[in-house]
Amino acid sequence: MADKVLMKGNEAIAEAAIKAGCRHYFGYPITPQTEVAAYMAKRMPKIGGTFLQAESEIAAINMVYGVASAGLRVMTSSSSPGISLKGEGISYLAGADLPALVVNVQRGGPGLGGIQPSQSDYFQSTRGGGHGDYHMIVLAPSSVQEMAELTVKAFELADKYRMTSMVLADGTMGQMMEPVDLNFDVAPAPEKPWATTGTEMKRKHNIVNSLSLVPEELEKLNIARFERYELVKKNETMYEEYMMDDADIAIAAFGIAARVSKNAVNEARKRGIKAGLIRPITLWPFPDAPFKKAATHVKQIISVELNMGQMIEDVRLASECKVPVTLCNRVGGMIPSPEQVLDAIVKASK
Amino acid sequence: MIVYDKPHALLDVPLHYCPGCTHGIVHKLVAEVIDELGIEGKTIGIAPVGCSVMAYDYFACDMIEAAHGRAPAVATGVKRADPSKIVFTYQGDGDLASIGMAETVHAAARNENITVIFINNAIYGMTGGQMAPTSLVGQVTQTSPYGRDPKLCGYPIKVCELLSELEGAEYLERVTVNSIPHIRAAKKAIKKAFMNQIEGKGFSLIEVVSSCPTNWGMTPQNALKWIEEKMLPQYPLGVYKDRSNGEVKK
Repeated sequence: MADKVLMKGNEAIAEAAIKAGCRHYFGYPITPQTEVAAYMAKRMPKIGGTFLQAESEIAAINMVYGVASAGLRVMTSSSSPGISLKGEGISYLAGADLPALVVNVQRGGPGLGGIQPSQSDYFQSTRGGGHGDYHMIVLAPSSVQEMAELTVKAFELADKYRMTSMVLADGTMGQMMEPVDLNFDVAPAPEKPWATTGTEMKRKHNIVNSLSLVPEELEKLNIARFERYELVKKNETMYEEYMMDDADIAIAAFGIAARVSKNAVNEARKRGIKAGLIRPITLWPFPDAPFKKAATHVKQIISVELNMGQMIEDVRLASECKVPVTLCNRVGGMIPSPEQVLDAIVKASK
Repeated sequence: MIVYDKPHALLDVPLHYCPGCTHGIVHKLVAEVIDELGIEGKTIGIAPVGCSVMAYDYFACDMIEAAHGRAPAVATGVKRADPSKIVFTYQGDGDLASIGMAETVHAAARNENITVIFINNAIYGMTGGQMAPTSLVGQVTQTSPYGRDPKLCGYPIKVCELLSELEGAEYLERVTVNSIPHIRAAKKAIKKAFMNQIEGKGFSLIEVVSSCPTNWGMTPQNALKWIEEKMLPQYPLGVYKDRSNGEVKK
């Protein structure tokens, strides 16, 4: 295999999932993520895997629940309106502590919205998305290479912490083509003694369940889950800092917004403005540390987002409101231009 | 000499079902079939949301509790993960024929190689007796206090008849458990539904016309009579589809 292959972001996710050992994919057509399903439909039968187009997003996530219960790596993908439908199943996956991967290639909302890129599901994904107290591990790629790498990472983390992982991309990331190196290592799935694979008459029955009617017990389960989340926060938080050491102005941006912002930071530096970028790679757990640190030396943080200002709340919390945090955004499927971000940097520097 | 024993596949624990409820009978039939076929070790059961939500505590095989109506989709996942396993769902009428109708129809259309045990007692039991998709015309429930009015909320859904139109469905039979002969026939049907799966024939659904004395507001005995007099004319017993025999009831 050549070192690098030219792929769409959506295809990179699919091929990386296969490399990660995922042999079961369930999905439902929705733009702009349908290439994931189309790719899986072609590849899975050739490698002894299962591709199944479900009757709905709800059915797809519940098929995922079934395969996850059986202890195998499994995924579904969708785009914003479809993720809302999956919300029920994602909550059940969390309640039953099942590892799985959900990919959201976001489009503009609310409602049917549009089919162009968006980051307006930030709240939905970082806060869990469904009912109840829980989180998903949320990974935000900003290149096709990361679409692949973070897909593998998502499977590994899901297994390690018995959680659902989400790769939170957007229409641009899904549709754009870049060279990708798919030769990476994958940690094999751990043993899953809790899986419902049949007792073989050798052990007590396993039960996969999220029902707990005794409040004292349900409270304990919730607390234990959040103790596990603390480990995730401690061990797995990921971010990239770009030219932050001496920065006076910090940009906070993830995904496609971070790529646009990087260009703006370079241009600002050429003009003698000390701008830098903090790019969260895990949106949950959110990387508090770089923002706390930035707040000691920057005079403003600009949150660049494809929504009406969602991550900005986490940036304010992480920087403890010690410096002003402003929003630079486009919505409805629009993407901020490097010039728009540069203007915001210039304005902040004055 | 032991002439009768509790089936091994049914755990020796107290069931939470109301006195006179037929869930216990159907649980026992399913467990006996699992024992007789020697499949407990490779069987995975899917419990629904509804009265049988805690079935996972009663069956000795591995069990999964699914979201409301989603058991056939979960079963699809489990079966596709390892087709050598035996997978059954156990669902009530609200779960299977209302909120989960899409999952039911499509699992049948795909001829998913699973076994579905469908409890039709014409009411939502667990939530205290609301109108079900299978509630009879005129039936008084908490949410049809003046009787089910077809002008307002339509007619009961006949699941076996509906699914029998699908090319995919392998085996559909409606049984009841209101008398000893009926219980024996129900067991035979349940056994066939599991045998079909073992033989790789595909989607088999056994609809069990059942009673709910508590929410029907009857004694257990009167509830069994009500099955005979009111339920069975609306829900005639019989095989609605047996693809292997080319049989479709019209």
